[in-house]
Amino acid sequence: MDKLKQVFGGDTRQFGMIFALVALILFFQWWTGGLTLKADNVINIFQGNAYILVLAIGMVLVIIAGHIDLSVGSVAAAVGISVAMAIRDWSLPWPVAILFGLGVGALIGAWQGFWVAYVGIPAFIVTLAGMLIFRGLNQYIGKSNTVPVPEGFQKIGAGYLPEVGPNTDYNNLTLLLGFAIVAAIIFGTFRTRRNQAKIGATVEPMLVTLLRLGLISAAILAAMALMASGRPGTSMPLSGIILAVLVIIYGFISTRTVVGRHIYAVGGNRHAAELSGVKTKKIDFLVMMNMSMLAALAGMMFVARSTSSGPFDGVGWELDAIAAVFIGGAAVSGGVGTVVGSMIGGLVMAVLNNGLQLKGIGADMTQIIKGLVLLIAVAFDVFQKSQGRPSLIGRLTRSKPADASPAVPTDLGRETSVDQVVRTES
Amino acid sequence: MADPGVILEMRDISKSFPGVKALQNVTFTVKRGEVHAICGENGAGKSTLMKVLSGVWPHGTYEGDIYYNGELSAFKDIRASESAGIVIIHQELALIPELSIAENMFIGNEQAKSGVIDWVSTNNKARELLARVGLREDPETPIKNIGVGKQQLVEIAKALNKDVQLLILDEPTAALNEEDSRHLLDLIRGLRSKGITCVIISHKLNEIEAIANSITIIRDGQTVETLDVDAGGVNEDRIIKGMVGRSLESRFPDHTPKIGEKFFEISGWTVQHPQVPDRLVCKNSSFFVRQGEIVGFAGLMGAGRTELMRSIFGHSYGNFVSGSMVLDGKPVKLDSVSKAIEAGIGYVTEDRKVLGLNLLDSVKTTTVSAELTKIASRLGVVDRHAEFVAAEDYRKQLRTKTPSVEYGVSKLSGGNQQKVVLAKWLFTDPELLILDEPTRGIDVGAKYEIYGIMQRLAESGKGVIVVSSELPELLGLSDRIYTICEGAITGCLDKREANQESLMRLMTTTTAKSA
Repeated sequence: MDKLKQVFGGDTRQFGMIFALVALILFFQWWTGGLTLKADNVINIFQGNAYILVLAIGMVLVIIAGHIDLSVGSVAAAVGISVAMAIRDWSLPWPVAILFGLGVGALIGAWQGFWVAYVGIPAFIVTLAGMLIFRGLNQYIGKSNTVPVPEGFQKIGAGYLPEVGPNTDYNNLTLLLGFAIVAAIIFGTFRTRRNQAKIGATVEPMLVTLLRLGLISAAILAAMALMASGRPGTSMPLSGIILAVLVIIYGFISTRTVVGRHIYAVGGNRHAAELSGVKTKKIDFLVMMNMSMLAALAGMMFVARSTSSGPFDGVGWELDAIAAVFIGGAAVSGGVGTVVGSMIGGLVMAVLNNGLQLKGIGADMTQIIKGLVLLIAVAFDVFQKSQGRPSLIGRLTRSKPADASPAVPTDLGRETSVDQVVRTES
Repeated sequence: MADPGVILEMRDISKSFPGVKALQNVTFTVKRGEVHAICGENGAGKSTLMKVLSGVWPHGTYEGDIYYNGELSAFKDIRASESAGIVIIHQELALIPELSIAENMFIGNEQAKSGVIDWVSTNNKARELLARVGLREDPETPIKNIGVGKQQLVEIAKALNKDVQLLILDEPTAALNEEDSRHLLDLIRGLRSKGITCVIISHKLNEIEAIANSITIIRDGQTVETLDVDAGGVNEDRIIKGMVGRSLESRFPDHTPKIGEKFFEISGWTVQHPQVPDRLVCKNSSFFVRQGEIVGFAGLMGAGRTELMRSIFGHSYGNFVSGSMVLDGKPVKLDSVSKAIEAGIGYVTEDRKVLGLNLLDSVKTTTVSAELTKIASRLGVVDRHAEFVAAEDYRKQLRTKTPSVEYGVSKLSGGNQQKVVLAKWLFTDPELLILDEPTRGIDVGAKYEIYGIMQRLAESGKGVIVVSSELPELLGLSDRIYTICEGAITGCLDKREANQESLMRLMTTTTAKSA
């Protein structure tokens, strides 16, 4: 039983968000009579939500640094129309158009970053202004028209991996990808174990490692196999692959690099970070600019999937992204949150959306339910923290088992420590 | 059972947090009308005990019984204990900086009719209460504009307004200078003579010795003993012995200074106040530090010591007007914190929780946080194993008490938190380390260890600057002491000619030598 606890990083009572996600999937699978886990539906969930998850990656870094970005929907829309028109009016080949779009995103990000970092206006205000400005810009540039995009471009939002190799009933590349990912995780885990042993850090029991690796591998292979078995011509969607690559890159940056540490430092205690030599203004500028660039990408992915850019794209996206981040375990006060956690939060929202849609529940009811889920998920997390137990979400997005005491920060997950409760006198 | 001479009896109090037994069968008795001190090392459980008493940890979250005025009490929150006459003044004052003195005093218990505040009555009552504590300030002054010493008095006035019978003060003089401390202690004596019972948690043994009637010593969550001061035989050494479990031969470790050449010099350093440009917080200051030397900086609260040090450290405070800095014979312009760190200057801030630590971090990540580039590849990837090794190294060197380097710093006791902050700066390999109030709020045992760390740093040829409000500490540590008064350096005394009187005289000299 003890070992089982360690696999999940703590009490078996606290399964948290991953458990909630799994439970939600199983619930909808049952409620929709098996429609939820049909290959095409799973592919649909990824394709239909990849752009929000891309936004959530940028948003979690912004929130960790102690800011927020309300303009992402408008920025996505503004970039979407710019790119669509650039392709149409300047005949830009679509790969160049993508670079152009990222460039526009960078410019917008630099503009917002400048006001936040160097003038010192709260990000809330700057991006609220941005929300208005860039929505207007979208409508000004496109004259509120819908502008279609060519097929080549559509691939980043609606494309699939090609069918390659022997004619199995599966998309072979997807399966191969699944095996590659699992292999990488296993390799990485064992290398970490070896390194830990070399320097004398505590290594978790082999049984625990094997159990956890087993569960993760099974989950990944199952998901990949499912997506490989969809309608001929479909596979793990390209947008999903783009997302996965971003998760790996940003996950790495946020947990393993100096910049990542600095972002957490600025969010955790700005003054202490300053007095430790962190260039806080540079970090502020960076997270804002990065967010807008990712918003640009998300906008392009959405336009690609919708096959055209319209004046109402992007409305409400910021709220979905922010909800994903907070369900994923970030703190309003900054300094806490993880990329992986935000993905889980986003998936919870996505599965919820999808399941309710399959059941024919209207957009109105869906909205109400989503709002309540956000409220309850975070309330539960706050309650857990106030009771002296660490954030479940933070717990489950960690790579190491808990120490005897709760809230042990590690690489993958930053915990909000239980300082209000357990802090001994100073 | 009810002894009228006893106002409070806490019996067999136990309280645990996940993984930590904060209090174990603590028994604590306070006589009516006395001043009862609680002493103990950091993490001993003193604050937790008071939080149990005052209802911060409500009835039901602890085991044991509390008898107040002979009755079994079950306070469910702070309001309940306050209406019974128990008021606790925390170490971190619970005042709102943007609101005025009067507003703060009546927060939660406003002078209002049907929700509308009567300002005339509020200000009048405020003036009355302020007079009782000897504070002559306009009640409409915002709290942020008065010093910590006066803020402390406002808290006491607030307590008096609540008809306090049992006043608990957590480290009341920790943030006060000598004068304000003396004033506060007199105030406490005055309260005692009016029949108000006071419980003081403090590390300042000389003050406790002077004012307490009884002293209860707590160690590792358990009561060690209660000393009856009135019965005699109680002095600082006796108290230390109880707290630490052994006698400390001396407050300061042995140290043979090996002083070399001058390597750091400041001339004509002038800095403006960040919000009020007409006000100079540093007036043409000049001083130098030699290799292997520990230089102390003495001054009253508000004299400008921290401002001077923070300005030197990368211009991180105020508007720099003029001044030159020479490091290792070369003039340097260090106008950012990162430049200062790169040049070899480190700065241990005054308030570790506010300015020194990211409380969300672990010991390991904090240790390397001031110079991550040291353990990162050129592309910026942090070498986690080098990080672990460095953290372990410093943990052993500084004898930081922590279950592991992965432990969150917020859960460490104050002394150990300070050691982690020191580790952070030692990791940057500084040539000059500036320490601002390094032992504030830290117990005797940990202080000794921190003094040792500072001395070893000096012995390795580096320069150490120490800013402190505890004159005995400066006198015990420093080779030379500069005095600052109202932004100007008023003197420099060699340790052989320095004593509390000569220092105090220079600390209060307003006609500066260099204007």
